[in-house]
Amino acid sequence: MKVRAQIGKVLNLDKCIGCHTCSVTCKNVWTTREGVEYAWFNNVETKPGTGYPTDWENQKRWNGGWVRSASGRLQPKQGAKWRILANIFANPSMPEIDDYYEPFDFDYDHLKSAPDMTAFPTARPRSKITGERMEKIEKGPNWEEILGGEFAKRSADYNFDKVQKDIYGEYENTFMMYLPRLCEHCLNPTCSASCPSGAIYKREEDGIVLIDQEKCRGWRMCISGCPYKKVYYNWDTGKSEKCTFCYPRIESGQPTVCSETCVGRIRYLGVILYDADKIEAAASAERETDLYGAQLDVFLDPNDPEVIAAARRDGVPEDWIEAAKISPVWKMAMDWKVAFPLHPEYRTLPMVWYIPPLSPIQNAAQAGQIAMSDQMPDVRSLRIPVKYLANMLTAGDEEPIVSALERMSAMRLYMRALTVDGVRDEGIAARVGMSGRMIEDMYKIMAIADYEDRFAIPTAHREQNEAGADIRGGCGFTDGNGCSDGESGKTSLFGGKKKSFALPLESF
Amino acid sequence: MFESFDINFVIFGVMPYVALTVFLVGSIARYERDPFTWKSSSSQLLRRKQLIWGSILFHVGILTVFFGHLVGLFTPVWVLDALGVPYGLKQWMAVLIGGPAGLAALIGGTMLIHRRLTDPRIRATSTTLDILIMILIWLQLAIGLLTITQSLQHMDGAEMIRFMEWSQSVVTWNINAWVTVVDVHWLFKLHIFLGLIITMLFPFTRLVHIWSGFAAPFRYLVARSGYQIVRSRRRRPLEERRRAFDRRQGVEGPKAHTPAE
Repeated sequence: MKVRAQIGKVLNLDKCIGCHTCSVTCKNVWTTREGVEYAWFNNVETKPGTGYPTDWENQKRWNGGWVRSASGRLQPKQGAKWRILANIFANPSMPEIDDYYEPFDFDYDHLKSAPDMTAFPTARPRSKITGERMEKIEKGPNWEEILGGEFAKRSADYNFDKVQKDIYGEYENTFMMYLPRLCEHCLNPTCSASCPSGAIYKREEDGIVLIDQEKCRGWRMCISGCPYKKVYYNWDTGKSEKCTFCYPRIESGQPTVCSETCVGRIRYLGVILYDADKIEAAASAERETDLYGAQLDVFLDPNDPEVIAAARRDGVPEDWIEAAKISPVWKMAMDWKVAFPLHPEYRTLPMVWYIPPLSPIQNAAQAGQIAMSDQMPDVRSLRIPVKYLANMLTAGDEEPIVSALERMSAMRLYMRALTVDGVRDEGIAARVGMSGRMIEDMYKIMAIADYEDRFAIPTAHREQNEAGADIRGGCGFTDGNGCSDGESGKTSLFGGKKKSFALPLESF
Repeated sequence: MFESFDINFVIFGVMPYVALTVFLVGSIARYERDPFTWKSSSSQLLRRKQLIWGSILFHVGILTVFFGHLVGLFTPVWVLDALGVPYGLKQWMAVLIGGPAGLAALIGGTMLIHRRLTDPRIRATSTTLDILIMILIWLQLAIGLLTITQSLQHMDGAEMIRFMEWSQSVVTWNINAWVTVVDVHWLFKLHIFLGLIITMLFPFTRLVHIWSGFAAPFRYLVARSGYQIVRSRRRRPLEERRRAFDRRQGVEGPKAHTPAE
């Protein structure tokens, strides 16, 4: 057993209102620079839809993630190491910027500088790459917002696999949900496995996957390697960038910016202990539907004395072990089994998990009553097809999704009985294999979702990590190039552009 | 001494050392000082069109030509003799391998230049040096291919041996190396001169990615046994931490260990 700790994450899709606050705050902090205007480390997609970049879930096209050979060995879907090297001159599986969208801004200045005209002045779009006029905007980071666009296009959504999807194009039967996405900080990341330079790595202490900006050479294999398309090529610096899980915040015990600012309180952060020795076997599970269970087996119970002893021996700090015991992520993934990995079939063992959304009962109006089974609403008759959610979260296995949705509706029934009738109905809890206590805890964390319950983040132990004397006078967080006078990459000698720091002058 | 001053001495006797010094010192300085700028500067994201074919033709061609020059010029003549390779045969090999490879690189290069100059996205994001170095390499390829017309006029390999002697004299610190190439055709001279200019520009352009391109197979295939990389910032590696923990447990009993350790 090799015990490591990771700050895991869960997003409760049942409560996501699609307000994009996470995306906007993330963008303001991380990707307002030239070269990554098109990049959204966090984005929110309306489902069903083809997402951003378009059709990202179609791995036949992008070759992201891993494949398991007949002999049971794993290799990146885009090829073994030699194959990846052979693609170094031109990567056939890499999206073009038009698959995301061409970044643009509007001529706002024209609104105030326009001369006297008969027509009202407008702010027309201009490309952020070429600076030229764009006559028509073809795509944006959230092009299918609230089911925008015709169903024929949106229904190319990969999650409709084995679903009779035609009826969902009808107005009466349509359904909708939001899917906020960010880097999954996988246990078995394909981006790092695909990097010929060895620039992408996972941190041992907290599991965050980062790109070393000084080692990245711009070979762009990570972009096609990542099945979630969450590594972005900065066309200005020529380096790849990705979600950093806001590591400077995490290290000081603060939630990531997207989690901190989430108005729906849907995001949870907590420590997960895992056994690094089990990763390869878990990712190589034979059947795709086994991968969800295999990943659960990689996680270690922080209340198990043996695990605690092993964790201490491997140097996991005591407060991290304590944090693991109260981790909301552990509770939702392991105790209640309501959270699931996004597309486990990619074999990356992602560490940002999702709670599937409940939805209104399909056809309840016509039937005049709610479809019930065993005195519980039948979750298979919900508006969002279970198969659709299963394709997204459990490689198509419906059972775990049904169980999670039943537990969530049981929580509602139980809490209604408690608050309206004042009755603790253990029968409801028992039907979904839980106890009243568990359900009340679940309610506290998932429904009330206080700040303290959502985030249990121990601080980094710098005293273990670095010699204080060595970082004396250091320059803290930079984009790369260490302390090179803040103009990272912009020196004139080696071909960069000089940034001008001229302040606006006023003359009197 | 000034009456015997010869421009050939400057270009073929002195300039190679200047070029190689700038090339090496510049590369090391940039790698050490500005690793963030060390990159291939790929523009595939912005425009895929013309890049796939252009880049593959260009790179495969130019790498073949590069290794052809490396092996061809720096194999000692006595090795050829020992192996019994006739000089004429070697020259034929050079023409038959280098010719098509150079042509492929030229075609690919033409596509890439066309794309760089005419595609608005690529043009807008190109630096002056990006364009300059591409044009210089294109010229170098064209001149190199033109020299074949000269080579074909004397297929005995004698002139080729002179270039081998020159290159090998330069790298063995023979200050009289320049004499061997004084009276070759001007196309050859121009080819060498442009080659030295490109060598000098190397550290200041995106060409530095060639170092990384050659390093990549070693880093990826040889130096990295598996696929994954995990970096630990902890000062004590896992095994040492485990040993220290076991020792502490043995000596101090169940009680004492600070959480920090």
